[in-house]
Amino acid sequence: MSTQFTLPDAEEMLPVQVQINGVRHGASVPARRLLSDFLRHDLRLTGTHVGCEHGVCGACTILLDGEPVRSCLMFAVQATGHEITTVEGCGTIEAMGPVQQAFAECHGLQCGFCTPGFITTITAFLRENPAPRAPEAREAISGNLCRCTGYQNIVKSVLRAAEIMAEQGGQER
Amino acid sequence: MTTKMFGAPIQRREDPRLVTGGGHYLDDLGHTAYEAAFVRSPHAHARIVDIDVTEALETPGLIGIWTHEDLAGPVGQNLPLLIPHPALTAPRTGYALAKDEVNHVGEAIVLVVARDRYAAEDAAAKIRIDYDFLPVVVGLESARAATHLVHEEAPGNVSAHLRQEVGDVTAALAGAPHRLTFDLSIERSACMPMEGKGVYASWDRDAEHLTLWSSTQTSTGVRAAVAARLGLPLAKVDCITPDVGGGFGVKIMHPWPEEVLIPWAARLLEHPVKWTEDRREHFVSSAHERGQLQQVEVGFDDEGRILALDVKFWHDNGAYTPYGIIVPIITATQLLGPYKPGSYRVEFWSMFTNTVLVTPYRGAGRPQGCFAMERTMDGIADYLGVDRAEIRSRNFILPEEMPYDHGLMFQDGRPLKYDSGDFPASLAKLKELIGWDEFTAYREQARAEGRKVGLGIGCYVEGTGVGPYEGAHIVIETSGRVNVATGLTTQGQGHQTAFAQIVADELGVPIETVHVTTGDTRRMPYAVGTFASRAAVMSGNAIALAARAAKAKALKIAADALEVSEDDLQIEDGIISVKGMAEASMPIGTTAVLSNPLRYAFDEAAKAATQFAGTFDADKPPIGDDEEPGLEGKDFYSCTQATFANGMHAAIVETDPVTAEITILRYCVIHDCGTMINPMIVEGQVHGGVAQGVGGALYERMVYDEYGQLLNASFMDFLMPYASEVPHVEADHLETPSPLNPLGIKGAGEAGCIPVSAVIASAIEDAEGFPITAMPISPVDLWELRQQHERGELPALRRAHRDPA
Repeated sequence: MSTQFTLPDAEEMLPVQVQINGVRHGASVPARRLLSDFLRHDLRLTGTHVGCEHGVCGACTILLDGEPVRSCLMFAVQATGHEITTVEGCGTIEAMGPVQQAFAECHGLQCGFCTPGFITTITAFLRENPAPRAPEAREAISGNLCRCTGYQNIVKSVLRAAEIMAEQGGQER
Repeated sequence: MTTKMFGAPIQRREDPRLVTGGGHYLDDLGHTAYEAAFVRSPHAHARIVDIDVTEALETPGLIGIWTHEDLAGPVGQNLPLLIPHPALTAPRTGYALAKDEVNHVGEAIVLVVARDRYAAEDAAAKIRIDYDFLPVVVGLESARAATHLVHEEAPGNVSAHLRQEVGDVTAALAGAPHRLTFDLSIERSACMPMEGKGVYASWDRDAEHLTLWSSTQTSTGVRAAVAARLGLPLAKVDCITPDVGGGFGVKIMHPWPEEVLIPWAARLLEHPVKWTEDRREHFVSSAHERGQLQQVEVGFDDEGRILALDVKFWHDNGAYTPYGIIVPIITATQLLGPYKPGSYRVEFWSMFTNTVLVTPYRGAGRPQGCFAMERTMDGIADYLGVDRAEIRSRNFILPEEMPYDHGLMFQDGRPLKYDSGDFPASLAKLKELIGWDEFTAYREQARAEGRKVGLGIGCYVEGTGVGPYEGAHIVIETSGRVNVATGLTTQGQGHQTAFAQIVADELGVPIETVHVTTGDTRRMPYAVGTFASRAAVMSGNAIALAARAAKAKALKIAADALEVSEDDLQIEDGIISVKGMAEASMPIGTTAVLSNPLRYAFDEAAKAATQFAGTFDADKPPIGDDEEPGLEGKDFYSCTQATFANGMHAAIVETDPVTAEITILRYCVIHDCGTMINPMIVEGQVHGGVAQGVGGALYERMVYDEYGQLLNASFMDFLMPYASEVPHVEADHLETPSPLNPLGIKGAGEAGCIPVSAVIASAIEDAEGFPITAMPISPVDLWELRQQHERGELPALRRAHRDPA
């Protein structure tokens, strides 16, 4: 016997409880509100960018319980009960995280629009593979689009971030 | 001792902010603004019969709906023709909202403003429009056939026809020992910045002042256009360019309909309004480029020297021509690259089609011109059985022939006159880098292993740094902080770093004290924009000149205060001192204090400038004749002509004998953009340019069906290269400074993408042994060419008859 679902009205307000960059947030949002819009426009965490709205470019990538996820393909309410890390949670201007520092050192960005999605993606990748070889680094970033850099210095940034993390004794941010 | 900043590969000063989520792109602003959505035409060519908004009116959150008939006055008139040209005899521009007729899918018809974008799209979805369909013209073949017209007023679908000739081509062709012809084509692609366009506007009713933010490559252009459309004095409009997520040309076009309508609505509603372009909108309602059909006839002597070059091409300009015929003019003139044909005739027709309009995309017509020229060079080499690099060098303009005047008119209406370059030296470097002379052996070895590899080459010259001018304003505060403003905009070029490097050296101050603002009409209202690889040339030199003016003033003030001659002073690390007498010194900030006589002290530094501080000569007025308070420098840079950068690329490509998959094994670049402010940034520009070139050569095309529907208007279907598709670029530089400007800069922004299609075509041709005449090329395309070749429909290169291996 199949379960009967009643789809909520698109504008029906639903509760969302989520931990973002270590801070707990509770809010009431329309059922159809995208997670990316919730982060950017409701919480004003505008570091997460939206480049295509259909999950291809990767600019909106956040970490959901540590895993890279396209925030433009999730509803905000689906994040309830999860932990999210955005680029703002990967470090600050005063204390950049290793991936952020590597991007700055290696000229891994030009316009910077796609960069937050790369930073989160690479952060997750280096947890799994803390000492990647260059082809692995290239493979790791090949789900994110960048129109400025030609990726060469992003590959370099991945390798440099691994070095920085090793220098810091493998401490995770 | 101050470290020299100009030429140093220092880290970018904007990056700590951008990597930590601190960027402010257009959609990061205006969280409380109303948001706009558009009803756009789903048809490529149709008359609008009726627009019914009844059902939409009850949409929750709706603020307003407007169509063309609501746009009274200049806002409802045709959008401007930005760059008129005598040869553009049938120009057409659209309207901010379509009037009576639509000419491409994606053209805006109805503006909807609502509480947020969700509500605006809800309302837009309920608006019903009736159309009468008109015949659709898609593609250059269809435009040339002219069975149907895009615009009744443009006979033959021709917007412009331009011919330039140097020498007597007909006679030279007739007298040439050898002649070859080529039919070539390049498909459409597009800039595709990761951030689409966007506009945010706020109307201050009390001050009757409009402030707008646009993701643009020209804030001064947008400001002037919006003021004109809205009937506002220029003084009542400011345009600010926030962080911009890439431009590549599409954002130099202006005013976009949205740039007019969003400010218009914000004023009407007395409430901030914002529009952020979504990806599908960007595909169907921004701009494309590249589409051309070309016919080349070349006459040459036994040595392969070109005696006559006769080029005809047809350029797809899409539905409208707001940006004039800049792109085909550039193709026509920059096609010549580093070569000197004995005579040259070029004729083009710019054609209307019912597709998205065409405006410059990085390279702006040069990739197509380079493709035509370089395919021709390879053809001559194959015909004569001479090495492809050798054929090129026999046609090079030599360093001792610089400056070299081609006798043609360039895109800025000024002579096509190369200022500098050493093409033989560049070629020698390239051959060394790629291992040119060893390649034949490598190809044979690969062939023995059942692999197909090919080597390709492409050379280009790029007119950069076109005018009319850019300016800079430098203000030094009493703290020693140096504020630099230049009017052109930034979309990833690292201007906050590169321009600060120039100022740090010119003024002798620490780079940390230099703060650069771009694209803000409140800070520098005179500017042109960021395009044509011109920012470093134009603003870079303007900033250097402004810094020199500020320095001269600082030295004059310090010389008075220290009672020495200005010639005896130096500035290092922000300290002005008497040469050889370190104790006689003052910080540059102190000269800023002294430059501005004060009545009121607001801090410790200001006290020294007040009337009772005893620092002034009682016999002189506090501000002398022809002097101004403040330690500032302002200057403009303008030049009689463009600078000309150049470069040469070579690639080794492997094609799979079975699947026809195409892999770039190596990609080498020699690049000469004159002196480099920051080699790290220049190299980044080259990498990014090559990546876009690879996209254009192997993956990206705009797939229109016969009805004018763009079938691949998403990132799922339009194949922009990921890291997995872009080769590692091996780059080396040659620096031949431009004699035209104080800093010797020639510009670097577009170079990387220009020759890539030519290079990849050359390499695939070399691997396969039959001619490649159309780009981009996919594995399917290549597989089909192989089939044609096997059936005898596509002849082998002539080398096959000489070299049966």
